Amino acid sequence: MNMVVCVKRVPDTAESEVHIDASGKDIDKSKLSFGINEADNYAVEEAIQIKERLGGTVNVISVGGKDSDEQIRMALAKGGDEAIRIEDPAMAGSDGFAIAKALAAAIKGMEFDIVFTGALADDDGSAVVGVALAELLGVNHAAYVKKVEILEDGKKIKVGRELEGGLMEFLEMELPAVLTIQTGINEPRYASFKGIKQAAKKEIAIKSLSDLGLDASEVGEAGSWAVLEKFTPPVVGEMAEILTGEPEETAAKLAAILKEKGLV
Amino acid sequence: MLFELDEEKTLFRNSVRDFAEQEIRPKVEEMWESGEFPYDIIEKMADMGLMGIPWPEEYGGSGGDELAFAIAVEEIARVDGSCAITLEAHTCLGSAPIYHFGTEEQKREWLVPLAQGKALGAFGLTEPEAGSDAGNTKTNARLEKGQWVINGTKCFITNAGTDISAGVTITVVTGTREDGKKEISNIYVPKGTPGYNIAPKYKKMGWHASDTRELHFDECRVPEGNLIGKRGEGFRQFLKCLDGGRIAIAALAVGTAQGCLEESIRYAKERVQFGQPIGKFQAIQFKLADMATNIELARTFTYKAAALRDAGKPHTKEASMAKLFASEMCMQAAVQAVQIFGGYGYMEEYAVSRFFRDAKILEIGEGTSEVQRLVISRELGL
Repeated sequence: MNMVVCVKRVPDTAESEVHIDASGKDIDKSKLSFGINEADNYAVEEAIQIKERLGGTVNVISVGGKDSDEQIRMALAKGGDEAIRIEDPAMAGSDGFAIAKALAAAIKGMEFDIVFTGALADDDGSAVVGVALAELLGVNHAAYVKKVEILEDGKKIKVGRELEGGLMEFLEMELPAVLTIQTGINEPRYASFKGIKQAAKKEIAIKSLSDLGLDASEVGEAGSWAVLEKFTPPVVGEMAEILTGEPEETAAKLAAILKEKGLV
Repeated sequence: MLFELDEEKTLFRNSVRDFAEQEIRPKVEEMWESGEFPYDIIEKMADMGLMGIPWPEEYGGSGGDELAFAIAVEEIARVDGSCAITLEAHTCLGSAPIYHFGTEEQKREWLVPLAQGKALGAFGLTEPEAGSDAGNTKTNARLEKGQWVINGTKCFITNAGTDISAGVTITVVTGTREDGKKEISNIYVPKGTPGYNIAPKYKKMGWHASDTRELHFDECRVPEGNLIGKRGEGFRQFLKCLDGGRIAIAALAVGTAQGCLEESIRYAKERVQFGQPIGKFQAIQFKLADMATNIELARTFTYKAAALRDAGKPHTKEASMAKLFASEMCMQAAVQAVQIFGGYGYMEEYAVSRFFRDAKILEIGEGTSEVQRLVISRELGL
């Protein structure tokens, strides 16, 4: 099985205070720590497990600056073979569709059976890149995949997709295909010191847009379908009711509301 | 001179941090409450190659160095002291004497399973009447028909009594030197050897889930070949291992203090008194500023000591300085963390109350603060 895994470096905002920066189009990331997008971590593990079972290669791809090498190296340390990082100033302002165009340009020349992405990015939450990538590559896809079974001939797979309410939908599809992976599909391993040492010897190929045969107008804001205008903090809407007063009063009010709505 | 970890060490730190957050953190309270040894966590640490970080790959290790090991101990201590001391004692005390002084055959037989994490290693130095005064060791071994016959008691021994403990290397008196002093040697005793009896776990102030026991040797016989290195070199051997152990304890202290700091910052931002988060008060800010400063200094110097050891340069003084400073600053950080938490800090379910209890032993184990000051003074030529 020849596999490609797309990974994204994202800020960890779970336990941090998030502020909008001066541009109004991004958050201030100067004090945040960064890591691999959670769903991508499961995607990496899925590819490596398949490689361990059936053989083949795992090629890691990321769009981003030099900082992203950390996430790429970690994937290589866990068992990835080769890596590409797409870096070009013109990529700034790209939406998921434009990112997918750059990834597709890098992947289309490769012989691949499965391309893995995370189902959803922790930062923008768009869930666009994987499915757009499948369309651009002209191959099958399944999103929110929580089970992958390679069928005997290695030309088809059976995938389980996670639906609402814990339901699973099973489909069979022909390879090649793009699968966007949902968290919880496996137990991601942790890179060992040995693996990290070996990964240091593997090369990360840096590709610009011209290396990929893309024009600057195809990516960035010009090549995107969605353009980010500005970030604003959530505003208190009409539907929201803010309880005020001493804790005893607000607790009593809250209890009354919950009882009235039949929620307790 | 830029004090920065290279990419390899940075990645390793992040990987161990992820591991500690995902695999250890959810179990910390349960471990504290039950005091049960975390076999599942140790098994996962072994899978990740953490149980043999500094040893070469040919002996089942990860081919890393002391600095990588220190980073791993620090990151695990940031979340849980019991797991950190288990790793520290296993590596610096249980495995190091075999790696540094064992024969090729001993390394193949005893070190490989330790480095792979299939078994846990231990070292027995302290006795009821010999701690800092190791020269007063009473446990003795006499050579009889090709066997060492051992009698005596060791106390406060880490890692000897778990289901996966392989055995223990102990300091024993094997005779009298020409100058009339005791001849001290190190002998390896496999678990299960008749006459080697392991007492129930101590009930400790902190580090509840780590395995600490008293060991009794009663006419315990092991083959003559279980001597580690040469007869009479026991002192020199454990001093060399202790230098490494002290750096690792310094790292354990840095990690514990870092845990205190992070808990305290989070709490200071949440806890409101007099209409604002307590972190807005200088009284709290200054405590946190001091904690952060001391941690940074201890960390930087601990890494320096580890780097000296990795470079094969003298580091006895630096190892003692790192251990002394880091353990004392850690105790202070824990005291201040509990103070910041106020009454909640006195409650067991808060991490800082556990850090507080864990911290004290760092000023005692692997050489008390007083012994460190003695070592440093001697290095100063006094």
